[in-house]
Amino acid sequence: MTTNILPLLPIMIPFFAGIIMLFTGQRPLVHRVIATISSLLIIISAIWLVVLVHRNGTIATFLGDWAPPFGISVVIDMAAALLLLTTAIITLFTVIYSFQSIGVEREKFYYYVMVMFMISGVNGAFSTGDIFNMFVFFEVFLLASYVLITLGGTKIQLQEGFKYILVNMISSNFFVLALAYLYSVTGSLNMADIHTKLEGFEGDYSIMSLLAVVFLFVFATKAGVFPLYFWLPGSYYAPPMPVLVLFGALLTKVGIYAIARTYSLFFIDNVEFTHQMLLLLALATIIMGSIGALSYADMKRIIIYNILIAVGIILVGVAMMDKAGMLGAFYYLIHDMIIKAALFMLVGFLIYRTGETNAERLGGLIKIHPITGWMFFIAALSLAGVPPLPGFYGKLFIVQSTFANDNYIAGILVLISSLVVLYSVIRIFISAFWGEDMDFSRLKPVKSDKLLFASIAMVIVSVAFGLAADALYPMFEMAAQSFYDPASYSNYLPEVE
Amino acid sequence: MKNTLKKAGYNKVQKQMNDVFLQFTAKLVFFIVIMFSFNLFFAGHYTPGGGFVGGLLAAAALILLLIAYDRKTLESMVPIDFRLVITIGLVFAAGIPTLSFLFGTPFFTHQHTYVEIPVFGEVALHSAVLFDIGVFLTVAATALLIIVLVGEADE
Repeated sequence: MTTNILPLLPIMIPFFAGIIMLFTGQRPLVHRVIATISSLLIIISAIWLVVLVHRNGTIATFLGDWAPPFGISVVIDMAAALLLLTTAIITLFTVIYSFQSIGVEREKFYYYVMVMFMISGVNGAFSTGDIFNMFVFFEVFLLASYVLITLGGTKIQLQEGFKYILVNMISSNFFVLALAYLYSVTGSLNMADIHTKLEGFEGDYSIMSLLAVVFLFVFATKAGVFPLYFWLPGSYYAPPMPVLVLFGALLTKVGIYAIARTYSLFFIDNVEFTHQMLLLLALATIIMGSIGALSYADMKRIIIYNILIAVGIILVGVAMMDKAGMLGAFYYLIHDMIIKAALFMLVGFLIYRTGETNAERLGGLIKIHPITGWMFFIAALSLAGVPPLPGFYGKLFIVQSTFANDNYIAGILVLISSLVVLYSVIRIFISAFWGEDMDFSRLKPVKSDKLLFASIAMVIVSVAFGLAADALYPMFEMAAQSFYDPASYSNYLPEVE
Repeated sequence: MKNTLKKAGYNKVQKQMNDVFLQFTAKLVFFIVIMFSFNLFFAGHYTPGGGFVGGLLAAAALILLLIAYDRKTLESMVPIDFRLVITIGLVFAAGIPTLSFLFGTPFFTHQHTYVEIPVFGEVALHSAVLFDIGVFLTVAATALLIIVLVGEADE
């Protein structure tokens, strides 16, 4: 009974929350309450899922009671469960953060409804076990994100939103194309089924290498991998901060998750080509992200380019596709979702408080906001991966894995990128919080208790995650196992004679 | 239509356009189209058709009225808030599959039965129809809402 209901709760709770909000009409206060309560409910169901998966292994339910390889299956393994939990936590704090930052006008025009629909799509993409269904959920969250990026209709939003829509539509078209190829090659759309079929196949795999390129094109566009990240810095700059928190923390990570899933399950034969290609692109992404992060003084842009660096680092781990690599990639994936949300929230607070996005025009803020300042400092250290904080574990495993696989250059690049990350974020800290005092009379008297609550809570979540990393190790081991040992993912399918 | 004429340079446009042919045909064709959309909707279970096509066609029928008359006439003919229709459609589309939780079966599990009705004889009752009603309402109302909003923009 619970196996049938529970896996769908993270998808259905936000969906129903959205519908109920639509019924209540344009009343921001009601929307706020419903959004908060439903985020709490998603967190509870996600925790329950993590516990259950930890105890009993992968949970799968088959929609419409159709037999597994034919119907759509919703499969929650440890990787999906942990991602669902992280998404839920970020959603809760972003919703709280939105109360004082998004503005009543946007709240009236169904902002929270769209957030909830987007979370529904993101959760669906994490938990589905069917590649076509994954495409559908990609479309669900992309449609909601089109609304979120243009909601408010300022000039820059419409301009960048149009680019965003165009880029994503083209890549979605290629997604369907890739699915058609895949279906004609394997005759199945169930990811676990495709894996078992390909594993037992003795013939020529060369077409799968072509498919790997098409799939990478699609997911690289969504995840912002070199050379297809060109839209990301511009488009992410346009929407207001809370939307940027959601986009930066969640959307690119769905793309990374999809790359990890497809590359572990489908492209298992010609690894020298497919995973080497992924590694090269990941390294190029790290380099381009580093250049971007160093070259701007604009706080928002620096953090946006840091997304690219993180995408690259995670994909280096994915490209290694061994135990240490995947473990590192997964630690870093979860860490990066949390810490990006925290940093965007803190930067957003600075922008709302001062009305400036350029860090060099700020200074001496530590006298007015001491706690926020030190929280920003901790977040910066955490992002760079200073030991007890969580970024360290991910990078440790990834670098360990690159050295074990004789990819010394990749390992060294990951290490150097940490310095770049640390420098670029500490630069914001030094110029905004230390340095010469800015004109404090220019500060805007905004209500900011909830902004600060949400951002500090995210930093605390990040620190707690770092301190508990050792205790969480068995769970991450389980999560990584379904990637480096894909047979453990696909064994939920009943044996077919 | 009024706006199109205004843009084309006709300054004096009468309050009510009197395009007799279009309006008369629209009234007739409206019923044919809407009946066909219901037909497609109910055919959907075993043959091509279903909520999505049916909904689009129903929206097309109403848009025909919108073109032949104007928005006010349409609102007096069909006094419904499309936003509410979308919401009700979503409730059906999301709620009916979720009801299968009550039976302990997986999401979207189909429930069906056969009943004897005096005139029609044996009739199949499917829970899928309720889901399809949701799709029908959502698609029809969304299509209409988009067209009405886009048409409204240049007033």
